[in-house]
Amino acid sequence: MIQLQELCRDFDVGEEVVHALDHVSLKLPAGEYVSIMGPSGSGKSTLLNILGLLDTPTSGSYTLDGVNTSQMDDNELASIRQNKIGFVFQSFHLVPRLSALENVELPMMLSGNDPKLRRERGHAALERVGLGHRDSHRPSQLSGGERQRVAIARAIVMEPKLLLADEPTGNLDSASGREVVKIMEALNAQGLTLLVVTHDPNIGERARRQLKFKDGRLEHDSGVPA
Amino acid sequence: MRVLDCNKMAGGALVRYPGRTFMMLLATAIGVAAVLVLTSLGEAARRFVTDEFQSLGTHLVIVIPGRSETSGANPAMMIAETPRDLTLDDARAVLRSPHVARLAPVVVGAASVSRGSLEREISVIGTTPEFRKIREWRMRLGEFLPNVTMERGAPLCVIGAKVRTEIFGTDPPLGQWLRVGDRRCRVSGVLAPEGTSVMIDVNEVVIIPVIDAQALFNSPGLFRIVLQATSREAMPLAQADAKRIIAERHYGEEDVTVITQDAVLSTFDGIFGTLTMALGGIAAISLVVAGVLIMNVMLVAVSQRTAEVGLLKALGATRRQIIALFLTEAFFLAALGALVGLLLGYGIVAAMRVFYDTLDFVPPLWAAAGALLVAMACGIFFGILPARRAADLDPIQALMGR
Repeated sequence: MIQLQELCRDFDVGEEVVHALDHVSLKLPAGEYVSIMGPSGSGKSTLLNILGLLDTPTSGSYTLDGVNTSQMDDNELASIRQNKIGFVFQSFHLVPRLSALENVELPMMLSGNDPKLRRERGHAALERVGLGHRDSHRPSQLSGGERQRVAIARAIVMEPKLLLADEPTGNLDSASGREVVKIMEALNAQGLTLLVVTHDPNIGERARRQLKFKDGRLEHDSGVPA
Repeated sequence: MRVLDCNKMAGGALVRYPGRTFMMLLATAIGVAAVLVLTSLGEAARRFVTDEFQSLGTHLVIVIPGRSETSGANPAMMIAETPRDLTLDDARAVLRSPHVARLAPVVVGAASVSRGSLEREISVIGTTPEFRKIREWRMRLGEFLPNVTMERGAPLCVIGAKVRTEIFGTDPPLGQWLRVGDRRCRVSGVLAPEGTSVMIDVNEVVIIPVIDAQALFNSPGLFRIVLQATSREAMPLAQADAKRIIAERHYGEEDVTVITQDAVLSTFDGIFGTLTMALGGIAAISLVVAGVLIMNVMLVAVSQRTAEVGLLKALGATRRQIIALFLTEAFFLAALGALVGLLLGYGIVAAMRVFYDTLDFVPPLWAAAGALLVAMACGIFFGILPARRAADLDPIQALMGR
C-alpha cells in the first residue's frame, strides 16, 4: 500500500542543513499495524507528515496505493488526505465551538456531503468509538480520552484506508490511553492500515511491526510478521 | 463544501468571538450611518433651495436691472447697481413678446404701516394682479387689487396673514382703512398663509398697486420684472426677447440681467448635488477605514485559529475552501455592519427630522445602496489578504499552533 524509496527530507536551519529523513526506503502492505518509535528529532514525525501528505519529501518517492504522490498539486493532495487518510493528533485538534458530532462531520462537510448522510455516518462513527451518546457534547464537556475518541471517529468517518496517529496517547492518562489504543487496534482488525508514532514503548510494542528511527535513518525494522 | 455549511462555519466563528464581532459591526455601521446622515443633509439642503425656487411659479423669467457678467444665480446680483432704471414702459414693451404669457412689474420697499395707534415697519410690494397669478398665491379673503393695472392705481392694498392678525386682530379687515407711509388705502384682500418664499415672507407683507408704490417710494425704477413664458420651451425665447427689447429701449445697451428659473434651478441643483456627493464621498472614507479594521481583525482571527486552519487542511480542505471560509466571515461582518449602519443612519435621520423640521431629511436611495455596496465590497476586498494568509499556512506548523 505504501512504498517509500530513498526518501529524504532536509530542513535548512540557519547555515546548516538537517537531514530529518535520510534515504528511507520502506514498504508497508495494506492492513498493517505499525509503530514508529525513536527519540525526539529522529524524524518519526516528519515521516508521518510526509505519509499524511502534509509535507513533501526533498528527494525520493512516495507511492500510495500505486500512485506516485510527488507530481500531485495541492488540490489532488487535499483530495487524497480527505478520502484515504485519517489523522489522529496528540492534542486532539477538535474545533471547540462545534459539538462532537459536528467535529466528526467536518471532513464530510468539506467534501460537500449531504447533511443527512453526514449526520448518519458521523453518528455511526461515534458509535464505533463508543461515544454514540455524546453527539451534542462540546469538546470542553468531554474527558481527554473521550476527546481523542471523537478525533478517531472524525478520522474514520470518510472510511479511509490509512490511519496516522501522532502520539495519540501523549496527552492522556494510561487508562484512557489504553482504551484509545484498543479502539484503534479494533479498527485495524477491520482492515484499516494503522501507523502510530509514539514515545511509549508499552504502546509501541503492541504493534505487529515496529520501526525504530534515529537521526533520520530507519535503524530497526522488525519486519513484516509471518 | 456546501455554501450553507460555509456560511454556518463562518457564522459560528463570529458568534464565538462576540467582542471582536461587535467592534467590527460598529466600525462598519458608523461608516454606513455617516454616509446616510451626511448625504441626507446635503440632499435636504438641495431640495430646500430648489423647492424655494420652484415655489416662485412656473416658466419664470426674471428681469433684473443692472448688468451682471456672471450668468446664473448669484444672490449678490439681486441687489446689483442700477445704471439705468428699469421702468414700467420697459415692462409694457416686453409684454408685447409673443412668448410672454404674463408679466408683473415689482417694486419693493419698506414703509410704516399703521391703523389707529398700531404701527409697524413692513415690507411693501408694488405690483399688479398678474403677480399673484405668476406666484400662484392663494387668497384667504377678498380680491388681489381688483382693476389695478400697470397704468392704473387705486387706494387699495392686500395684506399678509401675519399683518392681518397683528394689525386687525380678530376684526374683519376687508374694506378697512390702512395707512401705508403717507398714503391711505383700503384692504381689498388677505393672502393665504404660506411658507417663506425666496426673499419675501409672504405672511409679513403689504401689497399695493405698482403706480402707488412708485409714488410712495418716489422712484420710477422697478425692482424686478417677473414674467411667465407661454411654455417651458418658450422660456429661452422669452428671455432673449426681454433682453433684446429692453436693450433697444436703452439705446442698444444691455444693462439688464435676465435669468430663467430653469437656469437658477439647475445651477443650485448642480451645486447642491455636487455638495451631497462630496459629503457622501467623505463619509465613504470611514467605510474604507472600517474595511482596514476588518482586515486587521481578520488577520488576528487567522492567527487565533491557526491550529483550526491546520486541522482543516489535514482533513482535506483545499486552498479555495479556506479562502472561502475566511472571506465569508469578513463579508458577514461587513454586511451585518452595513445593515446595522442602515438602521442607525435612518434612526439618526429620523431624529434629525424631529429636532429640525425646516429641512426634509431623507437619506437618498443611491447613498443607502451605495454605502451598502461599498461596505460589502470593502469587506470582501480587505478580507482577501487575511484569507490568503490562512490558506497559505503550512499545515504542519499550523497544527503545532505556530
